[in-house]
Amino acid sequence: MSNLPVEIKVCLGTSGSAAGGEEVLGMFKHHIFEKGIEAQIGRRCSPKKVGCRGFCSRDVLVDVVVDGNKTTYQSVTPIMVERIVQDHIVGGQPIAEWTVREEYASFHEKQYKIVLGPCGEIDPENIDEYIAMQGYLAARKAMTRMTPDDVIDEVIRSGLRGRGGSGFLTGEKWKVCKREDQHPKYIICNVGEVNRPLAEGNPHAIIEGLLIGAYAICAAKGFVYIRERYHMSVERLRIAIEQAREKGFIGPNVFGTGFDFDIEFSFGTEAFICGEETALMESIEGKRAMPRVRPPFPAVQGLWGKPTVINNAETFSNIPIIIGKGGEWYSSIGTGASKGTKVFTLSGKVRNNGLVEIPMGMSFRDIVYGIGGGIEGDKALKAIQVGGPSGGIIPPSMIDLGLDYENLAKVGSIVGSGGMVVFDEDDCIVSVAKFYLEFLQRESCGKCTPCRIGTKRMSELLTRITEGKGEDEDLRTLERLSGVMASTSLCGLGRTAPNPFITSFNHFRDEYLAHIRDRKCPAGVCTALITFSVSEELCKACGICKRVCPTKAISGEPKKVHVIDPDRCIKCGACFRACKFKAIRKQ
Amino acid sequence: MISGGSFCLYAGWIPGQGSAGRTMRTPMEKVLSKILDQHRKEKGSLIALLQRIQDTFGHISEDHVSWFSRQLDIPESRFFGVITFYPKFRTRPIGKNTITVCCGAACHIKGADKLIDSAREALGLSGDEDTTKDLSFTLQKATCIGACNIAPVVILNKQVHSSMDPVKVTQLIKGYEREEFLGYL
Repeated sequence: MSNLPVEIKVCLGTSGSAAGGEEVLGMFKHHIFEKGIEAQIGRRCSPKKVGCRGFCSRDVLVDVVVDGNKTTYQSVTPIMVERIVQDHIVGGQPIAEWTVREEYASFHEKQYKIVLGPCGEIDPENIDEYIAMQGYLAARKAMTRMTPDDVIDEVIRSGLRGRGGSGFLTGEKWKVCKREDQHPKYIICNVGEVNRPLAEGNPHAIIEGLLIGAYAICAAKGFVYIRERYHMSVERLRIAIEQAREKGFIGPNVFGTGFDFDIEFSFGTEAFICGEETALMESIEGKRAMPRVRPPFPAVQGLWGKPTVINNAETFSNIPIIIGKGGEWYSSIGTGASKGTKVFTLSGKVRNNGLVEIPMGMSFRDIVYGIGGGIEGDKALKAIQVGGPSGGIIPPSMIDLGLDYENLAKVGSIVGSGGMVVFDEDDCIVSVAKFYLEFLQRESCGKCTPCRIGTKRMSELLTRITEGKGEDEDLRTLERLSGVMASTSLCGLGRTAPNPFITSFNHFRDEYLAHIRDRKCPAGVCTALITFSVSEELCKACGICKRVCPTKAISGEPKKVHVIDPDRCIKCGACFRACKFKAIRKQ
Repeated sequence: MISGGSFCLYAGWIPGQGSAGRTMRTPMEKVLSKILDQHRKEKGSLIALLQRIQDTFGHISEDHVSWFSRQLDIPESRFFGVITFYPKFRTRPIGKNTITVCCGAACHIKGADKLIDSAREALGLSGDEDTTKDLSFTLQKATCIGACNIAPVVILNKQVHSSMDPVKVTQLIKGYEREEFLGYL
């Protein structure tokens, strides 16, 4: 973006900051400005903060661009800065041993970054950098050369579907709202947890998308709904809104078209249910976030009873690109009815954790082994959980499935807002299902009975199974409950809540049966079902297990095989981890 | 915690009696009036008002609710309905520092439970306590905070700490107590 011969970009997303990015940036400034290096290389060096570029497991990442040649350093700490400045920037010699390894390239190679592209390249707190990369040009084009209907047609042509979970066609939603003759209308941007890096890396794209959306449906007021706890996202969006207001991109008479638009924050709360659009509106209105009965749909009767469009931040980030490059271009990415790209947070037991953007239709194999670099410690893949807590669990046999809305629906999962958690052989699938059901039970708003009582009973039954008290009958009850909840719950939370159980039961039936019939946990996770014992052949009588045992359950003397007293053992696994000879058996 | 009496609808107060007509009595009322004026100026929602009360006092007490209920002509039940719905609202005093352990899916499989155990031990919390007796620390759980790629995470006040383990959590707390913690350099 800049013509400076030397550029330093320090990653300062949530993860970069947590790894000490502020300090690293401070050190760069210190070494360059205060130590007089500025004089040696002239006023042509700008250390700056950029948003997350996704590869968070190697933070702090720093790009040093000298005369157009970019070198990326990984795991930078403040004490490394001086040498980078001396050797690389002044001396012109990049420090090879600190640069990123091949996995950085393979992590990025298979991704298709349209939305995340500018994150990590531009300074999110500087509107000029966004404008320099043709920012707000799409909004200007939409508002000066297109009618609202043209904009909606373009979005429909692109095939963009809501990235927040339901996957409803964005353009169609706007069209319904546009048709309504009631004013004022509202437009809401929901910034969920997966959208945080977008808000931190390129907040202006969200604002621009919101502006174009407001013009299309003729809304005079927009809300950015965000959890207050996302301090950095809130701060960057606040700065972005202020800057856009100063430039006249929001406020009265935008681009001289006579269109007035303003954006306000609405601070959400720590409640999963607020991802449901009508619950979110209740929350903005200051009430208990309980979903409303639909119809009427929000596009007809939403916030304060007025027509309202609600999309998530990723959807809005796509809008400037669609208007700028055309719906036709956008629809060339992806598969049949799933167009464009989707951002996922790839996490769990995968080697390269991070934020990834993939074209729709990419296979799970490419995501986990290509981008993710395989499973940590070369263990076996057990399952992939897609779509957040109420998504489904995908077994390794389906690893070549392409990720899009249709395929996921077929296997009982959802795209959701974009969570992807990878499990390895050490994870117990029943415990995983139990964890998700417990979460959903806590987050159920309690308005409708199937969800309120169903999630509670399901998590109780799953807990029983993990405690070794399950019966065959429990599985039938779980299946029956799942069916009732999926068909009779009021909102998406209740309808999708059984997904973790249904999908895991379909693909890992043996593991459920092992818990119930054999009273065994094959993965060795459920503490009630495992016992620790010492192998007589392998024990070297070193005594380390005896020392680490918190309950003194292990007895033994030098040169004698040690013994674990099962009555005193609390199954914490400390001995299992401590033994260097793999002599502790977990069964 | 919530006495039955305070739920009596419209009991013992006159509707529409605004702050203007009242004489200031206690310092507490002065603070509350200030919040009320701000609230009226911004025409904010009930949630925003409760957030402001909590930001000021660290928690929302029954007294706060009954005062605002009288001023705004909104039944206390509506206040308590909202307070009890959202986990972020507290009815018990909060510590000077807050430690939040993320318990989302990614953090969970990477051992968030163990982080909570070690934090409780380091803080000396027992039973269902979430705040130390000297009100220096409060321990909270969060549902996913969206930092899954650096799981498990712990947030001390506003600073996010990534890839935590029980030992680091203990160090973090002990170091912070001694005010000599400098981060993981």
